[in-house]
Amino acid sequence: MVRFFGILIGLFFAGMLIYSFGRGAVEYVSNPPVKAVEYQFHEKPKDVSFASDGPFGKFDNQQLQRGFQVYKEVCAACHGLRLVAFRNLAELGYNEDEVKAIAANWIIETPSVNPDTGEASTRPSVPADKFPKPFANDVAAAAANNNAIPPDLSLITKARNGGAPYVYSLLTGYSDPPSELPEANRPGAGLHYNPYFANLNIAMAPPITGDDQVTYSDGTKATVSQMSQDVSAFLIWTAEPSLVKQKQTGWAVIAFLLIATILAFLSYKTIWADVKAEKKKKDA
Amino acid sequence: MSFPWAQQYKPTTEFGQWMDEKLPIGRLIYNSVGAGYPTPRNLNYMWNFGSLAGFFLVVQIVTGIILAMHYAANAAIAFDSVEHIMRDVNSGWMIRYAHANGASFFFIAIYLHIGRGLYYGSYKAPREMIWLLGVVIYLLAMATAFMGYVLPWGQMSFWGAKVITGLFEAIPLVGKPIQELLLGGFAPDNAALNRFFSLHYLLPFVMAGVIILHIWSLHIPGSNNPTGVNVKGPQDTVPFHPFYTAKDGWFLGLALIFFTGMMFFMPNALGHADNYIPANPLSTPAHIVPEWYFWPWYAILRAFTFDFLFVPAKLLGVLAMFSAILVWFFLPWLDKSPVRSGDYRPRFKKFFWFGLIPCIVILGICGGAPAEEPYVMLSQLASAYYFAHFLIILPLLSRIEKPEPLPNSITEAVTGKPLEQAS
Repeated sequence: MVRFFGILIGLFFAGMLIYSFGRGAVEYVSNPPVKAVEYQFHEKPKDVSFASDGPFGKFDNQQLQRGFQVYKEVCAACHGLRLVAFRNLAELGYNEDEVKAIAANWIIETPSVNPDTGEASTRPSVPADKFPKPFANDVAAAAANNNAIPPDLSLITKARNGGAPYVYSLLTGYSDPPSELPEANRPGAGLHYNPYFANLNIAMAPPITGDDQVTYSDGTKATVSQMSQDVSAFLIWTAEPSLVKQKQTGWAVIAFLLIATILAFLSYKTIWADVKAEKKKKDA
Repeated sequence: MSFPWAQQYKPTTEFGQWMDEKLPIGRLIYNSVGAGYPTPRNLNYMWNFGSLAGFFLVVQIVTGIILAMHYAANAAIAFDSVEHIMRDVNSGWMIRYAHANGASFFFIAIYLHIGRGLYYGSYKAPREMIWLLGVVIYLLAMATAFMGYVLPWGQMSFWGAKVITGLFEAIPLVGKPIQELLLGGFAPDNAALNRFFSLHYLLPFVMAGVIILHIWSLHIPGSNNPTGVNVKGPQDTVPFHPFYTAKDGWFLGLALIFFTGMMFFMPNALGHADNYIPANPLSTPAHIVPEWYFWPWYAILRAFTFDFLFVPAKLLGVLAMFSAILVWFFLPWLDKSPVRSGDYRPRFKKFFWFGLIPCIVILGICGGAPAEEPYVMLSQLASAYYFAHFLIILPLLSRIEKPEPLPNSITEAVTGKPLEQAS
């Protein structure tokens, strides 16, 4: 009985699927799907490497400090870093006084209440504060930015396919639209052509426009590519502050496991020796 | 336990005797994973994945309990509480990455464990109950994993919850009320998040209970083996401890090297970038895909593209997706071949390796890909084969196939000597 009904059900599902396949195939042949314009013009992130890449990669603190400077002077006016606290900057090599000064002088103050009146107010940040948001809320952010909300950058290198190379490519990827781009896909008012962005037209104006837009204190030449790479490296750190620690812990754990597994394998061999010897006699 | 040649537990100390009369826990361990459980001597490495799956369930429970100490099941702060674990909790990143990748490794182990059962006929008499309980465990694992992925309340969490609970909407009449009951509202929100968290914490313990039944029912007939031939005497077996504890032990070390390699060096490789964006009901991700272990079923769901009479395509897809797993409940009665092991079934072997396995792989690839050609057509062909394999090919095959001669005993298969002569 089970098999009888089973075969009937099987014939029904398989039949339906073959029927759907047939109709889909006819449709595919008679009316082949056109690749969306976004597919034709979209480009994969550029090949760019970072000091923190690979199983032995480490953060380059000099670069992270430069990247932080780019974030502060170029990005911070519109993009928040709400999951990162000023105290975390100590990991980039800033000392306690420097962190305190960075927090106190940050371009936006931390929301607070007036201790006398209880009215909403702001105060200078302290190291324990997270980076204050550049806009009070999404409505304010959209209103100030041509209806597009600038995303928070804390997790951006983990929240986009392609990671940090994608961020780097986006920053350096602005160009004039190619002449063969259909009219419907050309950037409208307030939009900018960027083939690395999913739908090709991004609301953000090119943020890094020319060399020496920031002045690095360590003497590094601030080219567009250098600044983009530095800020991307900084954003790897904001998304995964424990990245280097993870890899170091990983090597210690794997070294331990290798030794333990080899020992366990040897004891397995010893325990089974007699039973296996019987089998060997047969194979010989 | 049920074998006449099973070793009887003999407490060696006075305290052991005293305990054995009051609470024979030593006897239980001895007979279930100790020297008192005679196990076929010829088990290959495919028999390692049951204990491995059990180990990863323990990893999930332990890391999960710690995560629950720091996680906040509230739609307003769930996402940030996960980032709090990643940034501020001591070694919180390690606990969370172990939990996230542990789920994947649990499913790798459980899929290989199921595949072993399918190839070596472990579902056949007298082991039907072990198989049925195993399917229950698998269903519970899927429900648990799905709800766990919702908890970080990222974009894929939210939209995954919306799509999967939306499936119930396809059921006529009762569909909509069921969906609202599951979500505690009309769309995923705080009520859904809270009940998913509650159930995500509960179900692993239900799983642990069913696993006890699974192992209990295993110890009645004893383990199957690669020949599929019954154990005929003590020479066919070795005591579980130390032989299989040692084998499981070193293999666990090997599995852990792969697991820690994933969790320390590429912890997000199996996740989705979109889930690091906080849930936003107003912005739909470009591709909503579940976790990799659901891809084959997701492909079957999406393979139905045309209505059948008055049945809409979506309902057909939902029925087919659930049937694809429920068919396993009937497997012991669909495949009536008296030979268990695929090694001795020449035609079954071909259908298994060149039919079922490629079909599952293709379904997996298609389930993870966007719903466009050629993936839709490929998943239609593969889904058709999937149903044909279990519901048409296996029932008919057991009638027409001529199995190869079986060895007289496990000992003979291993040593080449008849059971009586082997020492």
